Amino acid sequence: MSDRAILDVPILDVTGIGVRFGGLNAVKDATFSLWPGEVLAIVGESGSGKTTLLRTLAGELAPDSGQALFRTRAGEVVDIPRLAEPQRRALARTEWGFVHQNPRDGLRMAVSAGGNVGERLMAAGARHWGHIRAEAAAWLARVEIDGSRIDDPPRVFSGGMQQRLQIARVLVTEPRLVLMDEPTGGLDVSVQARLLDLIRTLVGELGIAAIIVTHDLAVARLLADRMLVMQQGRIVEAGLTDQVLDDPQHPYSQLLVSSVLQA
Amino acid sequence: MTPKAAHDPDYNLGYLDEQTKRMIRRALLKAVAIPGYQVPFASREMPLAYGWGTGGMQVTAAVLGPDDVLKVIDQGADDTTNAVSIRRFFARVTGVRTTERTVEATVIQTRHRIPEQALTEGQIIVYQVPQPEPLRKLEPRETETRRMHALADYGLMHVKLYEDIARHGRITLSYDYPVLVNGRYVMAPSPIPSFDNPKMHHSPALQLFGAGREKRIYAIPPYTEVRSLDFEDHPFHPWRASNCCDLCGAADSYLDEVVTDDRGGRMFVCSDTDWCADRREAGHRGRLAGHALATPRADDPA
Ligand SMILES: Nc1ncnc2c1ncn2[C@@H]1O[C@H](COP(=O)(O)OP(=O)(O)OP(=O)(O)O)[C@@H](O)[C@H]1O
Ligand SMILES: [Mg+2]
Repeated sequence: MSDRAILDVPILDVTGIGVRFGGLNAVKDATFSLWPGEVLAIVGESGSGKTTLLRTLAGELAPDSGQALFRTRAGEVVDIPRLAEPQRRALARTEWGFVHQNPRDGLRMAVSAGGNVGERLMAAGARHWGHIRAEAAAWLARVEIDGSRIDDPPRVFSGGMQQRLQIARVLVTEPRLVLMDEPTGGLDVSVQARLLDLIRTLVGELGIAAIIVTHDLAVARLLADRMLVMQQGRIVEAGLTDQVLDDPQHPYSQLLVSSVLQA
Repeated sequence: MTPKAAHDPDYNLGYLDEQTKRMIRRALLKAVAIPGYQVPFASREMPLAYGWGTGGMQVTAAVLGPDDVLKVIDQGADDTTNAVSIRRFFARVTGVRTTERTVEATVIQTRHRIPEQALTEGQIIVYQVPQPEPLRKLEPRETETRRMHALADYGLMHVKLYEDIARHGRITLSYDYPVLVNGRYVMAPSPIPSFDNPKMHHSPALQLFGAGREKRIYAIPPYTEVRSLDFEDHPFHPWRASNCCDLCGAADSYLDEVVTDDRGGRMFVCSDTDWCADRREAGHRGRLAGHALATPRADDPA
């Protein structure tokens, strides 16, 4: 699975990222790399720092230490936490995207589905209404939202549809990295399965790199090439997904895996 | 034109104290230096409720000098209660000459219109602005709209226009139509009809905007690029009723529709009363020329 990846240079190189909230070390010394086209899962219990790490990688949170070097499409290497705000916003629209656990945080609930998908295109300078519309329609089809819903606002959509719309809204500018925070959280099981399938297909087709935060080891197993296990802000284990799940080395990973198996 | 007079000695010249006028002028200078950028200012109470043009009045008070000639219009008309009372107010507290003629005015305070008569160098037009933030309806958070302006992050503005076309097949927004000023800031032109938007572009006059309740001042210096936002395949097009003025016959002015009786009788008249009167004086006649609505100018001795 990762033969191809190993040949390339990483798209993301994270070294020694630390985030403190007052006295709390929410993320400690996070170090890992991500290769183009690779899917990485971050698992760990509630409060272990997964969301905090992800938001830092999106440039939304300033870490207290460390760097996150991102290689842009143009081949330029930028340190995400040290980007100036205009540049960070520009990259956040074109080079990466963030899928929130709660669709409310990632969608404009009063704007039509088409407008939601088109926004990133317009922000990136698209000014031809017909082209924007066609692109939005194509993306709705890709995330399996019926074309007749293009002018409906997401507040009338089901949770699964909202999540798929959020994914379309992010992928429309074909980012090279997608950060997803519990994208299937809060959905019932059959809806989850369909969404996971969709994410797997799209990530595969587009060859984008993705980091997926999840509680759910089955999600990691299904989607991820590699995984990180976090405990109390620290990455305690990293490796190929199958290896970690089948033969966990760290006691906490062992506990995590066995508790799922028992459940 | 009314004659120059002494101002009411019970008030400071221009009603506001010198300190406040200076503060407003400083905000105006900054606004002129950054076309389309909303400059916060410490808005004062005026003898009028917010929403009745207190922002415009404060700007007018700060720029009026003894030799100015003031014109005040409301929806294009010089003779509405609001226009008359603001004009009288400034005549009283500044003693300046007032006029209804666009060509005579050096300062024009307006609500909802730009005069049809093209403005010229040296003139100042002051707009009364209820909501200065063009992104407000789309993004209620002030911190976020400020950031959007700072980063020229205007995708959201186009989302609004996208939605309009999706819903109606065309851009139906017909007043307070957002513009991009000097290629940099998206700006609310105040609730003027989109018909008037092209008049802002490269205007030789200085355009000042005052929002009292929202405490913002902004400006367009003379000869500045002002582009109405649109899409390549849905270009901006200023809306106007296809009729002619029933009083003066004008086919290219902005018209108000007036109900004339309770049997469905209606007529279209220029919303710019000065323009219409000028045309009638020059002999232009519309379908209902001589109608009672064709009143002479109040300040005409005739
Ligand atoms: N803005 C904040 N201010 C203060 N503390 C915070 C903040 N955000 C997160 N924390 C704390 O940092 C720690 C890590 O939180 P984080 O949200 O990253 O965990 P998580 O792994 O995503 O948990 P969950 O699985 O419940 O989403 C927690 O103790 C949390 O309370
Ligand atoms: Mg979380």
